[in-house]
Amino acid sequence: MNHPARIAVLAIASLVHLNANLASVPGGRMAVAAEPPGAELFSREVAPLLTRRCLACHGGDAAHRNAAHRQENGGFRLDTRERLVAGGDSGPAIVPGEADRSPLLRRVMSDVDASERMPPEGPRLTAREVDVLRNWIHGGAAWPAEMSLKSPRAAAATHWAFQPIRKPPIPEVRSTANARSPIDLFVLAPLERLGISPAPPADPATLLRRVSLDLIGLPPALEDLATQADALRQDALRIDTNRWIANSWDVGPDAYDRAVDRLLALPAYGERWARPWLDVSHFADTDGYLTDQERPVAWRYRQSLLGSLNADLPFDQFTVEQLAGDLLPSATPEQRLAAGFLRNTLSNREGGADLEEYRVEQVVDRAAMVGAGWLGLTVGCARCHDHKYDPLTQREFFGFYAVFDAADEINLDVPLPGEAEPFAVAYADYRRQRDALVAPLKTELEALQVRWERRLLEAVAAPSEDPKWDRQWEVLGLIWGGRLGEGQLEGCEIVRTPWPERTDDERDRLQDYFLAHGSLIDPGRFRDLKLDALRQELTKLRGKVPWPTRAPTMRAARHPRRSHVHLRGDFRVPGEPVVPAVPHWLVPRPLPADGSARLAFAQWLVAPDQPLTARVVVNRAWQEFFGRGLVDTPEDFGLQGHPPSHPELLDWLAAEWPRHGWSVKWLHRAIVSSATYRQSSRIVDPTVATRDPRNAWLARQMPLRLSSDQVRDAALVASGLLVRHIGGPSVFPPQPASVAKEGFSNDWKPSAGADRYRRGLYTWMQRLSPYAHNVTFDAPPTNAVCVRRERTNSPLQALALLNDPVFDEAARALAERLLARGPASESQRIEFLMRSAVARPPTAAEARILAGFWRTLWDRRIAESKVSGLGDLEAQRAAELAAWTGVCGVVLNLHEFVTRE
Amino acid sequence: MNPRPFWSRRELLTRSACGLGAAALSDLLKDESARSGERPQPAVLDPLAPRPPHFAPTAKRVIFLFMSGGPSHLDLFDPKPELNRLHGESVPGSFLKSLADPVIKGNARCFGSPRKFTRHGASGMEFSDFLPALGACADDLCMIRSMHTTSSNHDPGQLLLQCGTPLFGHPCIGSWVTYGLGSETRELPSFAVLLSNSGEGIDAGTALWSNGFLPSNYRGVTFRGQGEPILHLTNPRGMGRVEQRARLDALRQMNAERLAATGDAEIEARIEAYELAYRMQMAAPELVDLSHETAATRQRYGLDHDRTRAFGMNCLLARRMVERGVRFVQLYHSTWDDHADLNGHLAKNTGMTDLPAAGLIRDLKDRGLLDETLVIWGGEFGRTPMHEIRRGTTPGKEGRDHHPFGFTMLLAGGGIRGGYVLGRTDDLGYHAIEDRVHVHDLQATILHCLGLDHTRLTYRHQGRDFRLTDVGGSVVTKILREGGVAKRPPSAA
Repeated sequence: MNHPARIAVLAIASLVHLNANLASVPGGRMAVAAEPPGAELFSREVAPLLTRRCLACHGGDAAHRNAAHRQENGGFRLDTRERLVAGGDSGPAIVPGEADRSPLLRRVMSDVDASERMPPEGPRLTAREVDVLRNWIHGGAAWPAEMSLKSPRAAAATHWAFQPIRKPPIPEVRSTANARSPIDLFVLAPLERLGISPAPPADPATLLRRVSLDLIGLPPALEDLATQADALRQDALRIDTNRWIANSWDVGPDAYDRAVDRLLALPAYGERWARPWLDVSHFADTDGYLTDQERPVAWRYRQSLLGSLNADLPFDQFTVEQLAGDLLPSATPEQRLAAGFLRNTLSNREGGADLEEYRVEQVVDRAAMVGAGWLGLTVGCARCHDHKYDPLTQREFFGFYAVFDAADEINLDVPLPGEAEPFAVAYADYRRQRDALVAPLKTELEALQVRWERRLLEAVAAPSEDPKWDRQWEVLGLIWGGRLGEGQLEGCEIVRTPWPERTDDERDRLQDYFLAHGSLIDPGRFRDLKLDALRQELTKLRGKVPWPTRAPTMRAARHPRRSHVHLRGDFRVPGEPVVPAVPHWLVPRPLPADGSARLAFAQWLVAPDQPLTARVVVNRAWQEFFGRGLVDTPEDFGLQGHPPSHPELLDWLAAEWPRHGWSVKWLHRAIVSSATYRQSSRIVDPTVATRDPRNAWLARQMPLRLSSDQVRDAALVASGLLVRHIGGPSVFPPQPASVAKEGFSNDWKPSAGADRYRRGLYTWMQRLSPYAHNVTFDAPPTNAVCVRRERTNSPLQALALLNDPVFDEAARALAERLLARGPASESQRIEFLMRSAVARPPTAAEARILAGFWRTLWDRRIAESKVSGLGDLEAQRAAELAAWTGVCGVVLNLHEFVTRE
Repeated sequence: MNPRPFWSRRELLTRSACGLGAAALSDLLKDESARSGERPQPAVLDPLAPRPPHFAPTAKRVIFLFMSGGPSHLDLFDPKPELNRLHGESVPGSFLKSLADPVIKGNARCFGSPRKFTRHGASGMEFSDFLPALGACADDLCMIRSMHTTSSNHDPGQLLLQCGTPLFGHPCIGSWVTYGLGSETRELPSFAVLLSNSGEGIDAGTALWSNGFLPSNYRGVTFRGQGEPILHLTNPRGMGRVEQRARLDALRQMNAERLAATGDAEIEARIEAYELAYRMQMAAPELVDLSHETAATRQRYGLDHDRTRAFGMNCLLARRMVERGVRFVQLYHSTWDDHADLNGHLAKNTGMTDLPAAGLIRDLKDRGLLDETLVIWGGEFGRTPMHEIRRGTTPGKEGRDHHPFGFTMLLAGGGIRGGYVLGRTDDLGYHAIEDRVHVHDLQATILHCLGLDHTRLTYRHQGRDFRLTDVGGSVVTKILREGGVAKRPPSAA
């Protein structure tokens, strides 16, 4: 092995730790030679460990936090060697050279008594960590002169991710032959230092399949001329893809760039890129929790997202609309819908659920989404206590919380094309008829309802006086708008709103609710007035109106809440009051104290001096194209996160992106145009692969297993079954009925016709019993923000690809397509199949294997048909189809088929 | 000083054809990495390879009979003469203070249990007349009468018991165990889920056997009562066993070609996954084929009676699974959520489950499996000493509401003391007041029996090391069998 390179590896590994945890050491300086022996062990292992596990309590700045602190930390600090050796109230902590006599070591061991053990919270130190400490003390507890460790708060002042983004200069490299863009120079420079050559470019077929899967989520469809004419009539989109493939065969210097442009312009681009964003919002079509009721209009958020992505809405504008579109001055319906991002939190409608408890969960969840999605901070950790590792205090967390506490869930009438006019006509009639129906009882009915509402409000103000009314209020919050995906607390908020301030629609809906559920106020009067009959008439009348489709969004809270810190994270134990605020140590900015804080907060997220958003979002884009971010803890850019593998590249992209108008398509184009992206994913030099198993250095591309959507979509494309209808409500592809039954009273009625073959993006997402294929292929749970998907490889995936009727049907359809092309040689057919599935012709060996398998199936079929006595021609046809279906099944199961190389 | 030449195509094909799996490859890489001083390549390490526990275990596997909905401790396990005495009267105020449910508060009345309790076995453990068969196993059972939990709603309560948190998205105990110990079997999933055949779904659904943020290899695999036992186990129509083998051979050769061309070690793992899938296709039907079980066994599990058959089949399957190396079997029965007609429903549920659950324990014991198999019986919470006032107020048809402050669970085998009752509740069966065992303590104890330290079984996610017991949990040492108690974990493994 190349000796100098080994040393470089070590140095880089050390720097990783230093940058992460030792803010006091300027990155890149590794002056171990001048330090006492053992200092390297200290820098690489001990300092990060002490910082991570001890400094929150035993650090330099802990003293000022509160008076009780001295009691909590035993007057002990270990931020310098002197203090560590001197110890605290209970005497010296370590005896250099004598590990066994060092109390510190005893107290971190796993078998120490709970009252003594350190750290008191979190996991025990691992055996390896204890060994590190033991060896280090044993070796004399070396500590570089003058160095002091810093606690999260102090370390944050110099933590890389919290520093302003300054566009770094493009590095010089010796050879630019392998570079196509500045990105490549940032990647090549360290590779040159390591003496590693980048991989050669991927071959065109691999590259085209890769870029197609990465940009539109679909493999290139291969159509022959005969079906192309047919396709032309059916679906312009598919043709576009075909033409691109056809063009790609005629090589021109800018063929690739033109292909990229075409892909970016396809509506399928939005479909592909909606998925990672839906993961952030943890979108689903149901409520979650026990009853997991459907949200039949949840899809409208997905639809609006598709529109934003395909229109390349600048990310700063996108951010504002996702979080506060409803608060924009004269917001358009589309902008309001975008704020439906915040409506993908869960709703608990189980009887007995505490309304406030689960509302609080939603607000916390929204803060956590923003934390992970924009800031790359695990803010949820600060819900119960100050963040252990990052400077975020519990109070600061509740500053975020207050931003979202000042908002209510609401659904709006947002007519789909063609709905508005018929509705307007019908509504006038409805209004008139409704008023006429109610008129004879109006006075008495309203008097009853007023009494009912007063009683409800009394129950809220003084709970436990009368459980029946506590329950009545609770039920209002549990069932309001259930199975319609409405905001569940809207009914409660309407009751809290004075009558004159209610809209006609609100009055009608609350009146309908009262008629159905309010008889508790006076059952006798309800009977006498025949209110049930009125309810039935109104229901019938309502049924005649072509109501416009509703859509979920948010609004500023009608009744401002007083937000508090929740002590120990418990909403029932309010601490000090809080107002919407951002952490002052990041980029200070005052926020308004009312419901408009959300808008100001969203604008702050994309303010030019806010250093996290651009880095975090650029990093996630990078992750989609390489399987791994430049920061491979995309959810955590804090002190515990990993430092970037290429800090200058990350900052260069994060600086350039806003200068290009926050255009996401610009960012994607920039990445896929680089030579780094266009490299082969093959391992050229196994020693490099061993030294860099996770490919952090980017000396090649990475083969990536397709996502759950993409696996199924790819089979539908290859077989020609995919129905390219863009957008619309969710669909139910077939799956065994038993899957949905795993949840509580769920049902799965497979869609008929074309909806069986839609892209995976449109598959109905049931939180409690998700579509089985998605679970098998690592779709994340829909309960919380997800910024990184797993990619596993399991026997259940094998069973699904082999035997799931969806894939069997695809294999058969592909075989039928193949045979429909007319007579052809076996090898021509095999070539067609391989091109359809993996966009390349087979090797000779592969062709032999497939032909052999075809022959096996064919022979067995023919033998069987002789027994069953089928006519020759018919038997041959059947055998041919069966044998080719089998071969197609193999091709659609190839590792290469479910992998983007 | 030359780099090691890449594997030859022949070498790879041979290795794959021999079925040398990812484990072999990872060994190879380990050797190599040991030489080069670098870490092995994580991508190719088999996530299900067996891993040693933290310390010597007393249980090798677990069968968790999850009684979803909250069985009434007061009518099954925890006799309360004082409650019977107060029957129909208001609840003494001291008990109501901590009651969060406004529905019960105020006008609730004590609801004595109409059940008769009898002492069983040498230990004299008490069971109600609804559980004669489990009672007969008393000396093998450990009864914890002092369980308590933090949620009084079904799905948060169930999630807490299974996943250690009331929130969705966290791994369940079976996933944690599989993550910690890997798989003993190369033919079956290591973590199996058997759903109730009572026709009622489980409240919290698949989240209860979810891998959460762990890789999906650790997810529970649902065995289905009807149709194919594992999803997509059956070959497509027209694909017989011979064709299937030929198909897999062709696929393996194709993948091996690509492996040779690209050197992508993930392909090796994929080849191995297909072979495991094939072995599952062979093994799973054999597993669920009960035709070779004797008449005595069928009787023991109640397979010959309509009432007990569904649950009995699952209990018998659970035994067959642990015999075949499945490490964690999660078996659900729902629902014990008896808000009304408590007695009628309890009669039905115990009628379905008592005999088979006892049959399982006896059968395991007779086969010498009980010593190393931990069996757990229980639900997410107990039920109130007061009767339900929302529904179930009709005389003779009363029910009880959810109750998190004190309830009972049973354990057997796997290093747990038999014939032992731990803890007690107060005179109404309201609060656990002695030797209180929180759900996290139970989880810590289960892991302990398996040789796992619950504070060391962690997984880093979203910047934090998560564990099953969150930030709580202590091993309940009192219920560990003497002599069978695991040694204190060594300080350095």
